Amino acid sequence: MRAWDVVWKARRLVERNIMVYRHQWIVILSGVAEPIFYLVGIGMGLGGLVQTVKLSDGRVISYTAYVAPALLATAAMNGAVFETIFNVFFKLNFAKTYDGILATPMGIGEIAIGEMLWALMRATLYAVSMLVLMVVLGLILSPWAILALPVTLFVAATFAATGLAGTAFLRTVQDFDIPMGLIVMPMFLFSGTFFPVSAYPTPIQLFMQATPLFHSISLIRGLTTGVVGGQQAVDFAYLLGFFSLMMVIAMRRMERKLIK
Amino acid sequence: MSGATGDALVRARKLTKRFGSFTAVDAVDFDVRPGESFGFLGPNGAGKTSTMRMIACASPVTDGELSVIDMNPQTQAREIKARLGVVPQTDNLDTELTVRENLEMYARYFDIPGSVARSRADELLEFVQLDERAKDQVETLSGGMKRRLTIARALINEPDLIIFDEPTTGLDPQARHLLWDRLYRLKQRGATLIITTHYMDEAEQLCDRLVVMDKARIAAEGSPRELIDRYSTKEVLELRFGDAERAGLDGRLEGLAQRVEVLPDRTLLYTDDGEKTLDEVHQRNIAVQSALVRRASLEDVFLSLTGRSLVE
Repeated sequence: MRAWDVVWKARRLVERNIMVYRHQWIVILSGVAEPIFYLVGIGMGLGGLVQTVKLSDGRVISYTAYVAPALLATAAMNGAVFETIFNVFFKLNFAKTYDGILATPMGIGEIAIGEMLWALMRATLYAVSMLVLMVVLGLILSPWAILALPVTLFVAATFAATGLAGTAFLRTVQDFDIPMGLIVMPMFLFSGTFFPVSAYPTPIQLFMQATPLFHSISLIRGLTTGVVGGQQAVDFAYLLGFFSLMMVIAMRRMERKLIK
Repeated sequence: MSGATGDALVRARKLTKRFGSFTAVDAVDFDVRPGESFGFLGPNGAGKTSTMRMIACASPVTDGELSVIDMNPQTQAREIKARLGVVPQTDNLDTELTVRENLEMYARYFDIPGSVARSRADELLEFVQLDERAKDQVETLSGGMKRRLTIARALINEPDLIIFDEPTTGLDPQARHLLWDRLYRLKQRGATLIITTHYMDEAEQLCDRLVVMDKARIAAEGSPRELIDRYSTKEVLELRFGDAERAGLDGRLEGLAQRVEVLPDRTLLYTDDGEKTLDEVHQRNIAVQSALVRRASLEDVFLSLTGRSLVE
């Protein structure tokens, strides 16, 4: 009951963000365009060279169909991380927006969950537009894909929690380069996004398999291509654990930062 | 101190706030009664803001008791905050929203329905004289305007208790007077106000009762008049000397006043009849650059309690 109250009240923060973005909806649209650019630029460009990929069950699919679910997962990650890192950092450290909000019946839980809900709403928009494009281009190969939308949102929630946890550790704007350059970017390149993990030497493979993006991609790709098995169960369990851990860290750090 | 429990809107007993080994508020007792404006007067670092933040449920109590509107800030923060208005020391308006949106959105955090929020926003914008700036971005407002908007925001939930943490610090005299006028009107409507300040004139103008805080403790408590009567004489004779005159002064002021306070720029003689004392200074042929007789103020109270002046 109590937890539900917090979630219900957290919608006020979503309301606030909608009010802000009424003035700047174009920013949100740019997020829709990003994965589409990637799909066209890399998927189709590289697809001309690579053409087909062999799945673990022996089926051979087009490279574009292989890359598209990975870009969907990546878009979910980027949307959530950018929203929670940049925007939350600004409100936390410069504008002191949350200090003002905390003087009302809103608490830290409402703020953290509200920001996550908002990040999820943005992610929904990105995911839906990407999925529609995939349907149009014939890149959905399995009825399992019906689960791709909720799973993408779960991936977005995981990265939103990660961003929230991370942003509370950052002190200056320069610090942004650390998560962006050392975590988000390498994850994007080394999570089986463009090539199967097996293309890399073992140490890199191990690193890749430890990242949340790897499991996100593996899970979503499994659903859209129809390879659903033990690996996907592991992916889901991993993401669930990662999400819970990041949520706990995020709440603790926000509390430390805001309550003195 | 007030009598029975329950007739105080805020009640603190041995209230303490520590940050690690540093004690910001050291076992203070006070009561704020309904309908009064209660002041915390003291220099920077005296513990005023820490006390305010504890009352506003923004900072956990380290030790001692605190009740706000008969509730416990530790366990009933949400319920307390629903009935408080807070004007913090530094403005934390929502810089991504317009002036009007700031009020409407803030109302939503209190679960005030949209239609009520809009009509209250109208009233409050008029009250703080910002109706013409309603559609502007917050960043374009002057310091005084931002302060007024923060006050309007604090009133959006029709609070039972309003906390002002240094409401006029950093404002020019005109903006200060406008703000004082609004605070005075709130007081006349019967609102309970808690005000912290390091300005004596502000405390004298606005507070029915106040505590003087110094080094995390309460040094004295009473109405401005009571405090002046208790800790100061009726009048003060302020003398200024040139460097040469000051050098030849040693001991010649003795016996002229009940107390003599030597400040870097002037010397204060505490006396019940300033003019008479000034005559006596002249009779002793003490050369004075300038002399001023004035009524005693809270500044003198602070000086007499702590031996230091408040601002500077």
